[in-house]
Parts: sequence; structure tokens; C-alpha cells
Amino acid sequence: MAQPKDQWGTRLGMILAVAGSAVGLGNFLRFPGTAAANGGGGFMIPYFCALIFLGIPICWAEWTMGKYGGQFGFNSSPAIFGLLGRRSIWRYLGVLGLIIPVIIYMYYVLIESWCLGYAVSFLVGWIDLGNDPAQYATQSVDYFNAFVGANENGLMLDGRVHISVVVWLIVFAVNFYFIFRGLSKGIETFCKWAMPLMALCAIAVLIRVLTLGAPDPARPELNVLNGLGYMWNPKPLDSDHTWISALAQPKVWMNAAGQIFFSLSVGFGVIINYASYLKRKDDVVLSGLTASATNEFFEVCLGGLITIPAAFVFLGVAGAERVGVFSLGFHTLPVVFEFMPAGRFFGFLWFFMLFLAAITSSLSMLQPAIAFLEEALGVGRRASVTLLGLITGLGSLFVIYFSKDTKVLSFLDDTIGTITIVVLAAVQTILFGWVFGAKRGVKVAAEGAEMRLPRFFPFVIRYVTPTYLVLMLAMWCYTDLGIYVDQVRSDNVIFLAFGMVVVVSVFLLILIHIGGRRWQAETRDTSRGDLFSKPRGAK
Amino acid sequence: MTPTGWFFMLCSVGFVVGLTSYCFYRVIKKPKSTEHMHAPLDIDTHDLNT
Repeated sequence: MAQPKDQWGTRLGMILAVAGSAVGLGNFLRFPGTAAANGGGGFMIPYFCALIFLGIPICWAEWTMGKYGGQFGFNSSPAIFGLLGRRSIWRYLGVLGLIIPVIIYMYYVLIESWCLGYAVSFLVGWIDLGNDPAQYATQSVDYFNAFVGANENGLMLDGRVHISVVVWLIVFAVNFYFIFRGLSKGIETFCKWAMPLMALCAIAVLIRVLTLGAPDPARPELNVLNGLGYMWNPKPLDSDHTWISALAQPKVWMNAAGQIFFSLSVGFGVIINYASYLKRKDDVVLSGLTASATNEFFEVCLGGLITIPAAFVFLGVAGAERVGVFSLGFHTLPVVFEFMPAGRFFGFLWFFMLFLAAITSSLSMLQPAIAFLEEALGVGRRASVTLLGLITGLGSLFVIYFSKDTKVLSFLDDTIGTITIVVLAAVQTILFGWVFGAKRGVKVAAEGAEMRLPRFFPFVIRYVTPTYLVLMLAMWCYTDLGIYVDQVRSDNVIFLAFGMVVVVSVFLLILIHIGGRRWQAETRDTSRGDLFSKPRGAK
Repeated sequence: MTPTGWFFMLCSVGFVVGLTSYCFYRVIKKPKSTEHMHAPLDIDTHDLNT
């Protein structure tokens, strides 16, 4: 007997859930560093080009594919890919839409728990960087290393009670509680509260940062305006050129595309799943654009005005040029809050906001796999949540155990959280633009749409986007593939992490095989069948 | 902060705020889709005893 289908409660709730999925740590910690290091204000030219010609078109394609699949009763990438591609190979390629959110969840939930742990630590005063400002930076790194067990493998699971492990358990349980409650009562309800709260926290921190002035009278050049200038003044990549010459550098365009990608959550397998719960006449064009615009608001208007200026005002260029989530987020910013008036309170607000940004994303990572397990195995929510909890719990414990230098976490983020996303986006774009057909896709998107897709959309999704993605993949292969292979072959821990990814992938592929047979038996899957134009339930 | 820095910051923030506001205005101003609502007045019951 078919399970009752999950549905969104309200349109606004659905948009906030998709936006919540997109808004994450990258908006506040990755974007500012990437922009400042790739030409400052000038970086915004390739950034907005990538948004308009890459990010939003792929978003629309994902929303459309998801909505289309949902009309046939499918909610997971493998089933929807099989439906659109009419070949079983597409169904197996859909495994990417499961591997990415499941593996990313394993380490992302850990970073999420660090954010909550840091928020609590700021609130109750556990973070103590000492009395010597010259030692703040060292103390901050030491605190982080002790908090996450970065000094040695197994430190966090040595039998003693560690606050970070306790917080991880709580965060893990909270995630599964909301997932278990379902799409509308769990994810949507949570996001409807969390997104406005996140915006309020960020705006409070923004006001604090923009009103800092020049806190150190001995160094008046370290002021907010110069901090904003460090972030937004267009600048060359090296001193011999002008800022315009930076725009001629391919890597600047690639970095802009990469940032848009990771920021909008395209190629994650999440949007397809979320959109599959829409009805046939529901709008996807305006909803998709609204969710993307909301993400951009958090990234450009909040992330772009807070992080780098705050670091610059207290630490100068040395602090502001720190790039990367860990370095900027967990090493540098605690020092900034130590210097900042009322820093404990604002430190709490900041890390609590990061926690909200992270949990709205991690919730979205679980839903695709839950939907897949339900429709592939024909089990209920309780069974699928239990199975997924077991898989992700073991994976997360693996990451916690191999905590030294956060090597496993970084490896998984560099591979699954970076290049695999580009691969999935390329697969999706080819599937949508060439196999399913861009014109047909436009017709599906137009049903119930409250605004028209731009005329350039079919051309962009067929030619521009795949070219961009293939170039990104080629560039990665040229610069990073060799390093990646060497890393896997030479480091036992990395090899184990790679093995874990392989095991999870094989397990999911087996389930897809089982699910495919099941869908064919139920005559719902059209990868070999003839029901392509016949939605489930149609007479 | 140079004038070009101001230009890029204000244009970027202005564009994003404008786009977000426009989108939410369009989403919120529209009444709930009649697709999902079947209010009694929408249904022709062919009842002539009114």
C-alpha cells in the first residue's frame, strides 16, 4: 500500500525551506574570503554573471525536474532521473543525488554542533583566550583544537565526556526529530521560525560591526570604512596589474562559479527532492528565483558586510585575509569577539546564527535519502529514519574518531562537498537540456508559473551551463586530480575515508537496483516502460 | 574605501535587496492559488432553490 505523500503546508514555508537549505556557513565564511581574495568588488562581476547564467538556470531546471517527477509519485533523484532519462543508466546516475547530501551530512552535522558549542561557550564564558592580546590568536587555535580533538585521532571517543561530543549528540537528535516529524510539520515549520530568527541575529551583528568605528585609537586606520574597503574595493590579483586585469583570469571566473554553486545548493540533490512535493499547477519560476534571491541576501548583504570588516577592524589585513571556514570562522572570529565591546553576547549571537544556518541546511540533506528509502524499499518513515540515522550516525562517528587536523572532514569536503557537486550539476544539466529537452522543460515550468522564464533560458541550459561545468571539471582534473589520487594512495586515514564513500555508494546503488525493480513492478518507473506521459493515479 | 569600492558595494547590495524585495512582494501579494481552494462559491451546485 502506498504511503501517504508528504506535502508542503504553505508556499512561503516551502520557499524558506529551500532558502534555508541554501543558506549555510559558506554564505558567511566562504563568500567574503573568496571575494576578497579574487578581486574584491571586481569579483562581483563574474559572481553575478555566474548567478544569472549558471546558478539560477540550474535552479530552475532542478525545480522543474523535481516538480515533474513529483507528478508521477517520485521524490528521489534516482527515480526522477530514471523517469526523465528513460534509461536505467540515468537511474543509477541519480545515486549522486543521494551520496552528496548523505556524506556531507556526516561531517556537516559535526560543524553544526561546533557552532552550537561555540555559541554556548560564548554565552556561559567557557571561551577564555587569556589576558594577553598578543596571545589571543594562539589561544583561539588551541581552544579550537582541544574542542574538536584536532591534536590526535580518537581523542573525542576516549571514554571521557567531551562537551563537543555531547553537543553533537544533541544536534544529531534534533535533526532527526524534525525529519521524523515530516516535511510540513518538521522541516517547514522549523524553517519558518529559524530563517527570520537567523536574519535578526545577523542584522544585530551587522549593526554592531558597522558601528564599531575605529576601536583602537592608537591605530585609527583600522576602522570600519577601511574594513569595508578591504572587502569591496576592486583590486588586482597581484601588484603589477589593474583590477580589470583580474577579470581576464580564468580562475577568478571559476572561483565565482564555484561560490555560486556551493551557495545556492544546486547539484546537491536537495532542490529536486523539495520540488517533487509541489503540485502540477504550482509555480516554480518565481519560487525558485525567490529562494535564490533570499540566499543572495544572506550572502552579499549580510555575509559580505560582516565577516571581513569585523576581522579587519580588530586584526588588520592579517586577520581579514584568512580564507576558509575553519580559519576564519573558528580561529579568527573568536579573537574578534574577544576584542569587541559586548563581544561575549555578539559572539553568542554570531555562532547561534551560524548554527541556525547550518541546521536548516542539514535538515535538507536528510530528506532526499529519507524519500529514497521510503520509495525504494517501500518502508514507512520510522524505518527509513532509523536506517538513515544508523548510516549517518556511523559515518559521523567515523569523522569524529579521525579528528586529527580535521583531515577526514576536509577530505570529504574537498571531494564530495566540492567536485562531486559539479559532476551532479553537469549530469542534471545534460539530462534536462538534452535528454528530457529544454523546450519540454520550459513547458513544464510554465505550468502555473507566475513569471516567464527568460528567453535565453533554453540556450543557456543547453550550451552555456554544460560548457561552464565541463570547464570546471577539466580544470579540477588538471590541477587537483593528481593530488587527490596521491592523497588517497599515500595516507591510510584518507584511504579509509575514501573506502567509506565507496561502501556507502555501493550500498545506495544496490538499493537503487532494488528500487528500480520495485518501481517497474508497480509500473511507476518509465525508464523501460511506456507510461512516460501517464502520471500515477491518472486514468 | 574608494569610490569604485562604494560603487560595487552599493550596486551589489542594492541589486540583491531589490531582487529579494521584488520576489517576496510578488509571492506575498498574490492570494493563495485558487488551484487548491474550492470555496462553496466556486462550485456550481445547480441548486435553483436560492
